[in-house]
Amino acid sequence: DLCPSVKNILLLDSEGKRVAVKYYTDDWPTNSAKLAFEKSVFTKTQKTNARTEAEITMFENNIVIYKFVQDLHFFVTGGEDENELILSTVLQGFFDAVTLLLRNNVDKREALENLDLILLCLDEIVDGGMILETDASVIAGKVATNILDAGAPLSEQTISQALATAREHLTRSLLK
Amino acid sequence: MAQPLVKKDDDRDDEAEYSPFLGIEKGAVLQEARIFNDPQLDPRRCSQVITKLLYLLNQGESFTKVEATEVFFAVTKLFQSKDIGLRRMVYLMIKELSPSADEVIIVTSSLMRDMNSKTDMYRANAIRVLCRITDGTLLTQIERYLKQAIVDKNPVVASAALVSGFHLLQTNPEIVKRWSNEVQEAVQSRAALVQFHALALLHQIRQNDRLAVSKLVTSLTRGTVRSPLAQCLLIRYTSQVIRESSNVQNGDRPFYDYLEGCLRHKAEMVIFEAARAITELSGVTSRELTPAITVLQLFLSSSKPVLRFAAVRTLNKVAMTHPMAVTNCNIDMESLISDQNRSIATLAITTLLKTGNESSVDRLMKQITNFMSDIADEFKIVVVEAIRSLCLKFPLKYRSLMNFLSNILREEGGFEYKKAIVDSIVFLIRDIPDAKESGLLHLCEFIEDCEFTYLSTQILHFLGIEGPKTSDPSKYIRYIYNRVILENATVRASAVSTLAKFGAMVDSLKPRIFVLLRRCLFDSDDEVRDRATLYLNTLGGDGTVVETDKDVKDFLFGSLDIPLVNLETSLKNYEPSEKPFDISSVPREVKSQPLAEKKAPGKKPTGLGAPPPGPTSAIDAYEKLLSSIPEFSSFGKLFKSSAPVELTEAETEYAVNVVKHIFDRHVVFQYNCTNTIPEQMLENVIVIVDASEAEEFSEVASKPLRSLPYDTPGQTFVAFEKPEGVPAVGKFSNMLRFIVKEVDPSTGEAEDDGVEDEYQLEDLEVLAADYMLKVGVSNFKNAWDSMDPDTERVDEYGLGPRESLAEAVSAVISLLGMQPCEGTESIPSNSRSHTCLLSGVYIGNVKVLVRLSFGIDAQREVAMKLAVRSDDEAVSDAIHEIVASG
Repeated sequence: DLCPSVKNILLLDSEGKRVAVKYYTDDWPTNSAKLAFEKSVFTKTQKTNARTEAEITMFENNIVIYKFVQDLHFFVTGGEDENELILSTVLQGFFDAVTLLLRNNVDKREALENLDLILLCLDEIVDGGMILETDASVIAGKVATNILDAGAPLSEQTISQALATAREHLTRSLLK
Repeated sequence: MAQPLVKKDDDRDDEAEYSPFLGIEKGAVLQEARIFNDPQLDPRRCSQVITKLLYLLNQGESFTKVEATEVFFAVTKLFQSKDIGLRRMVYLMIKELSPSADEVIIVTSSLMRDMNSKTDMYRANAIRVLCRITDGTLLTQIERYLKQAIVDKNPVVASAALVSGFHLLQTNPEIVKRWSNEVQEAVQSRAALVQFHALALLHQIRQNDRLAVSKLVTSLTRGTVRSPLAQCLLIRYTSQVIRESSNVQNGDRPFYDYLEGCLRHKAEMVIFEAARAITELSGVTSRELTPAITVLQLFLSSSKPVLRFAAVRTLNKVAMTHPMAVTNCNIDMESLISDQNRSIATLAITTLLKTGNESSVDRLMKQITNFMSDIADEFKIVVVEAIRSLCLKFPLKYRSLMNFLSNILREEGGFEYKKAIVDSIVFLIRDIPDAKESGLLHLCEFIEDCEFTYLSTQILHFLGIEGPKTSDPSKYIRYIYNRVILENATVRASAVSTLAKFGAMVDSLKPRIFVLLRRCLFDSDDEVRDRATLYLNTLGGDGTVVETDKDVKDFLFGSLDIPLVNLETSLKNYEPSEKPFDISSVPREVKSQPLAEKKAPGKKPTGLGAPPPGPTSAIDAYEKLLSSIPEFSSFGKLFKSSAPVELTEAETEYAVNVVKHIFDRHVVFQYNCTNTIPEQMLENVIVIVDASEAEEFSEVASKPLRSLPYDTPGQTFVAFEKPEGVPAVGKFSNMLRFIVKEVDPSTGEAEDDGVEDEYQLEDLEVLAADYMLKVGVSNFKNAWDSMDPDTERVDEYGLGPRESLAEAVSAVISLLGMQPCEGTESIPSNSRSHTCLLSGVYIGNVKVLVRLSFGIDAQREVAMKLAVRSDDEAVSDAIHEIVASG
C-alpha cells in the first residue's frame, strides 16, 4: 500500500507512563506488547533533547519522531519506509493542537485534566492509520467547537479567549 | 545530555503525583455510568464519566462482555441529549467499545439521523462511527448518503466519507468501487485534505488496473494538485508507473520531468518524497541523480533533525550503489559526525566511509574516535564493518585504521562488537602484509584481558599460523604461555597447540618450547595434558634441536580436509580391533543430499526406499548398493555420485529421477522409478538410452527392474564405459520401456496379460562438474600458498549481462561443482565486486583450488577473473576449459 500511514501516536509522561495513546495497526496486538514498546521508546529517547525541534530515531524497523515539553513526551511512529517529513507533520499537528487546546499550559496535569480534549484531538488527526488533518488550528478548532457549543467553559478562561491566544500563538510561530 | 527542564524536585513530588484520575476504579466508574439512564441528563457530568471510561480503556483496562454491553446500552441513551460536546464523546465511546452486530442495530437509526443532520460535525462524525462499526448489509442502506457525503461542500464531511470508504474497501470492495464517479469529482476539490483522501481512495479502487492508474498519473501530473500530502501520493504512484513501464533503455524516462519539478515544490515533504523517488529509480543515471542529490545536500544543514535524518538516510542508500554521486556532500556529511542525534551521526559516518577518498581517511578516523564512546554497540558494529571495507579500498592507510581498531578493542563492549573488531584486524593482517606484526601484537594484548573464550581460542589459533612467520617469533611466546597459566581449560588447550606450532616452525625456539610444554604435562585438565604429550612426542621432545619433519608440519598445520560429520560417522562405525582406525578411509565428499531423495511436492518416498539411520553419507550407501550388483562389482572404487536429477515433471504417471555414479572407467546411471497409477502394475522396466550425442561412452550393461507396483519405488541401472580418467561429457536421451498390466482395484491383483509401452523421459547430461568432488579446505590462503605457483592458470572471462552478481557467482559455482570456502559463496547485496574461493578434488584424486574475482558494471555486465592452482597443470587447464565452454 502506497498511502502514508501512522502506526501509533503516544503521549507519555516524564516517567514513560501513558497519558493517552492510540494504536492504528496490529503490530503490537496486546496491551503488554504496547507497554513494552512504549517503555523501550521512552528509554531510548529520554536522554535526548527534543524540546526545541522534533527529534527522530529508528527503532525495531520503525521510524519514531518525538518532541518533549515540560513533563510530556509526544511520539508518532511510522514504518521504516515512511516519508519522515510526513510523520513529522503529524507530530507537529498533534503537538501544536494540544498546545492550543491547553492554552500553552502544556504539562501532564493540564493534559490529564483535559483528557477529553486530548482524546478528541487524537481522533481528529488520524483515522485508522490514515492522516485526517495536520493543521493544528483546524484540529483544535474542530475539538474546541464542541466545547464552545456545550456552553461549558473549561475554567476561568473562555474558549474564545483561548482561540484568540491560539491564533496569536500561531501567527507568532509563523513569523519566526 | 540530561534535561534541565525536568528536574525532579522532592518538594513538588506530591503535586506532580496529582491526577484527576487518582484512585480511579473500574467498578465505581461503571456504577457512575448509571447516570446515563437518568431522565434529566447532566451533559457535563456525563461527559466526565465517559472521559473516565475512556481513560480506563486507554490505560489498558478491559471490560467484560457484560460490562461492555451495559455501558454500550447506557451510552445509546445519551443520543437524547442535544449537547454537541457530549455527542462528540458518545461517538468516541461507541468506536472504542466496537459493538457487536446486534448492538450496532440499536444505534443505527440514531447515527443515520445524525448523518442527515444540518450540523456538519454531526454528519462527519456519524459517518466515521457508522462505517467503523457497520457490516456489509447496512452499507447498502447508507450507500446513497455516503456518495452524497463524498461530494459534500463541507471538507470535513467529504474527508470523513472518503477515509471511511478507504477502510471499507478492504471488506466491501464491490460497494466502494461503485463510488468512483463521486471520488473522481472529489479529487478536483479545492480543499487540500479532501483532495488527498480522494486521490488515495481513487488509486486504491483502481490499483489493479494498470492502464487506469497510468491515465490517472498522466492527467494529474499535468494538472495542479494542491495538497502536499496528495502530491506525495502522486509521486509514489508515478514511481510505480515508471517501475512498471519497461522502455527505460533509450531516450528520456517518462515522468522524470514531473519528479524533477517536484524538487522545487514549496513543501519540504514533497521535495523529499521526489528526491527519494529519483534516487530509487531503477538504473538511475548520474545525470538524473544530480538535482535530487543537490536538494538532499541542502537538507543536511537544516536546523531540523528530522530533515537531516531523512536526507542522510537517503544519501547513505545512494552511496551503496553510486558512491561518486554522493561525494559532493562530504563536507556537509563530515559536520554531521558530531550531530547530537546519534542516528544521524552513524548514518553520516557510514556514508563517508563509503564515499571518502584516501586523503580524508586520517581526519575521518580522528572524528570517529571521538564519536565511538557514546553510541550503542549496534551502531559501533556498523562502523567497524564500514572500516573493514575501507581498509581493503585504501591498503596504504592500514596504519591509522589498525590504530583505530586496536583502540576500540581496548574499550568496553559486548561479544558481537569485539568479534567484529577482531575479525577486521584478522582481515587486515591477511590482506596487508605490512600490517601483520602490529596487528598480531594488538591481538596478543587483547587476549591478555579477554573475557570471551571463543575469541581467545580463535586468536591463539591464528597466532599459531601467522606468528612463527614473523621476524621475531619469540616475542609472542610470553603472551601465549600466560594463557596457559591464567586461563580456563579450553583456552589453555588452545595455547598449548599454538606453542607447539611455534616449536615446529622455529628451530631456535624449540628447547624453550619443550620446557614450557613439559610444564603443561602437570595441568589439571585431561585435554591440556594430552595435547602437551602428543606435541612433545611428535616434535621429538628429547631436547635435541632437529628440523621438524614435513609430516609433523603437515599434521600441525595442514587443514583437516575431511568434513567433520563424515569423520564422526566413521569413528562411530569403527569397531575396536587389531586394525587401527585409518583416517584415509573417511569419505571426503561433503554430504549434499540424504540418500532418501525427497520427491518435490509429494509425500511418497522414492529412490532407495527406507532412509538409512543417522547421517551416513550417501556415497557409502550407493557404494554398497552398486557393489552388490554383480555386473558393476568390477568397476572399482566409486569416485562420486551426483544428486538426483529429475527426468519427469512433477505429478506425472511415472516419476523418474536419475543418479549419476562416476567410476574411473565407467559411468552408471541409476534410475529411481515410481509408479503413481494405482490401477497399473509395471514389469520388466528398463530405460533405453540413446548415447549418440555422447561419443566417448559405450553401453556395457543394464539391469532391468522386474516389477514396479503402485507407489513402491524401484531402480533400474544402465552402465557405460568411458576412457580411463578422462572427464568425458555428453548428452543422453532416455526412454522408459515396460510391460503394463491392469490391476483390479478391489482385489489388488494384476491381470495375466500385459501390453508393452514406452514413456519418454527428459534428456540427461554428464557434465564436467560430475568429475569434481566437493572437498573444502579450512584455510584457503594456506592451502593456496602451499600449492605450486607454476600450476597456476589465470584468465579473464566476460559473462555478459546478468541478473545480479549473486546469480553470476552461483552459476559459476554450480558449473564447476566445487565447494565454496570461507563463506565466500554469499554476496552482500549491492556489491559491485566479489571474490569467491572454491576447492575440490578432480577425478584422478587431483586437488584443485580456484579463486574467482567478479565485477559487475552499471549495465549489469559481469566480468570474471579465474585463477586455478592444482596438483596437475593439465587439470588447471581443464578447469578453464569447463568455464570457457560453459
